[in-house]
Amino acid sequence: MSQDDGDPGPSFEDRLKVARSKQGLDAPPTPPGQDGLGGSAWGIGARVGVELVSALVVAVAIGYGLDRIFHTTPILTAVFVPLGGAAGVANLWRVFAPKQSDRG
Amino acid sequence: MAAEGSSSIDALGQFQLHPALGGIGASVNFTQSNLMMVVASLLVLALLWFGMKPRAMVPGRLQAAAELAYESMMSMCVEQIGPEGRKFFPFVFTLFFFILFGNLLGVFPYFFTFTSHIMVTLALALLVFVLVTAVAIKEHGLHFFSYFLPQGIPMVLAPLLVVIEVISYLSRVISLSVRLFANMMAGHVMLEVFGAFIIMLSGLGWLGYFPAGLSFGLNTILIGFELLVAVLQAYVFAVLTCIYLHDAVHLH
Repeated sequence: MSQDDGDPGPSFEDRLKVARSKQGLDAPPTPPGQDGLGGSAWGIGARVGVELVSALVVAVAIGYGLDRIFHTTPILTAVFVPLGGAAGVANLWRVFAPKQSDRG
Repeated sequence: MAAEGSSSIDALGQFQLHPALGGIGASVNFTQSNLMMVVASLLVLALLWFGMKPRAMVPGRLQAAAELAYESMMSMCVEQIGPEGRKFFPFVFTLFFFILFGNLLGVFPYFFTFTSHIMVTLALALLVFVLVTAVAIKEHGLHFFSYFLPQGIPMVLAPLLVVIEVISYLSRVISLSVRLFANMMAGHVMLEVFGAFIIMLSGLGWLGYFPAGLSFGLNTILIGFELLVAVLQAYVFAVLTCIYLHDAVHLH
C-alpha cells in the first residue's frame, strides 16, 4: 500500500479495473449492441445455433399452424421454412453486425 | 441421481417432478420445482432484507453483496436501455436474481434446478416478450409496427422482409428460453453421466479406480464450470431482456 502512495500513475479505479479484468472477475466490456456471449468461440457457436434454430422453429410453427387452418398442408410450411432460415440469418446479422448503430 | 442398473445411466431422471411437502404438496401439485422457486425467491429477499438491515456506512459482507447486486443491475439497465432503464430496473433485477438463484441452487446436491425445465424458462421468456411488446406499443402506439419494416428497403421486398422480421421478432421467445434451458439441462446431464461413471467404474474393482478418479476430477471441474454457466446464463437472460427493452423504448 505505502509504496503506491507516491506513485502518480493511474488512479485506483483504473488499476482495479485492469486487475479485475486480468483475473476475469469483470465481464469484458461489451459494446452496447451485444450481450456477454459474444466473446468466446464456444459462446458464439451456441449463440449462432440457438438463433438459427429458434427462428426456424417459429417459422415451422407458423407455417404448420396456417396449413392446419387453411387446409393447404405442405405449401405454407414449405414457404415458411426458407423464411425462417432467412429470419435466423437476420437474427445473426443483428447480433454480429459490424456497425453498432444497427440494433433494431 | 445414481445409475439405474449396472449398465444404464439415467441421465434425465433427475429432471422428473415429484410432489414436495408431503400430502399437502401432492394434493395441489406443488412440486420440488415450485419449492425451489419459493426458496430462490426467499433467498433473494433475505439477501436484500438482511443485507440492508444494518444500513452501515462501511458495508459488511452481506450489505456489500446487496449493494453490489443493486448497483450492477442498475448500471446494466441504464447502460443498455438508456435513462429510461430506471423504470425497468425492478423487473430486470427480479428476473436476474430469480434465475441466478435458481441456477445456483441447482448446483447443490439433492436440489432441483427449476431453470432446467423448458416450461419454466419459456414462461419467463414469454413474460419478457409480452412486457417488451406492451412497452413498445405503449411508447409508440401503432407506430410500433413500423419496427417490422426495415428502413430504406425497396417496397417490392417489403412483404418478404416484414414476414422475416415478424418471425425474427417471435423467435426471441424461443431463443431466450432455449438458451437458458439447454445450458442448465446440458450441464446437469453431464454431471449425472460422469457421476454415474464414478459409481460404475468403482464397482469394477481395482481396474476401475483410476478412471473413476478421473471422472471424479472431471465432475469437480464441471461443478466449477456449472457455477460459471449459472451466473453467465442469468446475466445473458437479463442483458437480452435489457436489449429488447431498449429496442422497445427506442424502436430501431
